[in-house]
Amino acid sequence: MKILKSLMVTAAVSLALMANAAHAENKKIALVVKALGIGFFEAANKGAQEAAKELGDVEVIYTGPTSTTAEGQIEVINSLIAQKVDAIAVSANDTDALVPALKKAMDRGIKVISWDSGVAKEGRMMHLNPSSNALIGNMIIKLAADNLPEGGDVAVLSASATATNQNTWIAEMKKVQGNYKGINVVATVYGDDLADKSYRETQGLIQSYPNLKAIIAPTSVGIVAAAQAVTDAGKIGQINVTGLGLPSEMAGHVKSGASKSFAIWNPIDLGYSATMLSYDLINGAEAKPGAELKMGRMGTVKLDDNNEGAMADPFVYDAKNVEEFAKIF
Amino acid sequence: MAKFLKNRELLLVGAITVLLALITLRFPPFVAPANLARVYNDTSILIILALGQMAVILTRCIDLSMAANLALSGMVAAMLNAAFPGLPIPLIILAAITLGTALGMINGALVWKLDIPPIVVTLGTLTIYRGLIFLLSGGKWINAHQMSDAFKALPRDELVGFPVLSWLSLVMIGLIFLLMSRTALGRAFYAVGGNPHAAVYTGIDVGRTRFSAYCLSGALAGLSGYLWVSRYAVAYVDIAAGFELDIIAACVIGGISIAGGIGSVAGAVLGALFLGVIKNALPVINISPFAQMAISGMVIIIAVAVNARAERRKGRVILRKAEAV
Repeated sequence: MKILKSLMVTAAVSLALMANAAHAENKKIALVVKALGIGFFEAANKGAQEAAKELGDVEVIYTGPTSTTAEGQIEVINSLIAQKVDAIAVSANDTDALVPALKKAMDRGIKVISWDSGVAKEGRMMHLNPSSNALIGNMIIKLAADNLPEGGDVAVLSASATATNQNTWIAEMKKVQGNYKGINVVATVYGDDLADKSYRETQGLIQSYPNLKAIIAPTSVGIVAAAQAVTDAGKIGQINVTGLGLPSEMAGHVKSGASKSFAIWNPIDLGYSATMLSYDLINGAEAKPGAELKMGRMGTVKLDDNNEGAMADPFVYDAKNVEEFAKIF
Repeated sequence: MAKFLKNRELLLVGAITVLLALITLRFPPFVAPANLARVYNDTSILIILALGQMAVILTRCIDLSMAANLALSGMVAAMLNAAFPGLPIPLIILAAITLGTALGMINGALVWKLDIPPIVVTLGTLTIYRGLIFLLSGGKWINAHQMSDAFKALPRDELVGFPVLSWLSLVMIGLIFLLMSRTALGRAFYAVGGNPHAAVYTGIDVGRTRFSAYCLSGALAGLSGYLWVSRYAVAYVDIAAGFELDIIAACVIGGISIAGGIGSVAGAVLGALFLGVIKNALPVINISPFAQMAISGMVIIIAVAVNARAERRKGRVILRKAEAV
């Protein structure tokens, strides 16, 4: 018993010493991504570096496996533990598989948060969602309404009828529909995230609703197919296609005018905020339900009962900025 | 047998007419000539693919890899266009057809030389071809703005009032009809599927005939690959995912016997059109998406049931004769 006690004390002291040694230098924050070489994450790194510059005493280690596997990330996390980083901010390839490795990290005093793609509650201190369902639901109808000052008929082209994400966003959208006067949601159709079915459903909408003014597609396959169908039907300028999509996939359709604007989270802001939050935690902020944490220029995030928070409204892309972001993701 | 087939095709024409009438009750503009032309145009790719699948099924084989072949050929066509925007479009189409044929040849060779069951071969190559798209593209999309205008315009360009895509499918129907009815190879497809043993005795190389059928389906899938990608102006790993089932369903609805040897070009075309009408009508007649799935499924089951009943009678007769020999 006594031996055990003394052993533990020694361990604790040496750990404290090590922690001190680490703190003397710059704080090391590891940004662990799903895989290296993906534009979205490279952009997140850009944001993280921006945060590091702003904070001054932070060194961001951008790392991840070469392919999107949980095993690869576990290896990376283990080596980060060995390097004694101060915080790990991870976008996980698997909700559960990373938990043991991340628990080990937290046992060693490393602050762990997940962002973009979360890990299970016991494997992290908090999770940063790019946005929240309510914010997305509001944004997609706002995008349509902003270009329809007079109001008009709009329709929703979703993924499959059973897609949880899309259904939640559409439900949130319907909740705030009353705030947008004159906007009349006439139909919700399902393209199953297949280009041909989405295209056909869009043609169906054009036929069924001659006064249709906008199509909201909160899915990246759907929004591209809808834009193409609108283009082929010669309805550019008459029907605006909007929703959630990626700049690189939508650049052409924004240029042609089929889509005036669309939204998706901004990866730069996401990497920036994840770094800022890691820094907060290193400096003693506590991640608990109801806590408000600072994210530099992105404001604050409020944690819910699961220690999850939403960063911001989805970022809007239009003719002015789409080209620039199309190069990134 | 000819009489029976004729009845089947008339039956299908009747079914399509009834279907159109029902749709008109709910959505009258559907039967406007311009819209019917649009529906035909939309179904063109399915028709071309069904013709290829028909040839394979006639020889008692099946090609599950057609949609994956389409996706791979389409992706390669799109990547070629994105990398070398100056490349003439006919050359890109030729490349897509060549690649499609090569992929079909792999299927055919495995079935012919290694004698592996066709369903296993094409199930395997389906996954391989899909995987190859990922390896080739790195999971990235080729988007509308990366494709040249000429690349996207070809299927849309109008010729005597109809899009090139529609004309192309009509030309294919004509060519395959000639192939099936006027050439030794066409007759060999029927012979090999109808009775492989008898076919051998008449001097037909069963393996080689099957190989040719796979080449044909591959070539048509390659052509469709270009058409698909340029029509929807996007190429990614999952394009036409699950479409192989639509192609086979079109054949089955068209009365092409899965047991081989029975079927016609008209049947395949009508089967594809039947599916095409349903696919285009469901979005405008305003019914729940869940009912849509159920209806699509039911139609296929009914067609298979009708077909199976017809086949069982036929099958027994053929088997008895074979045993007697």
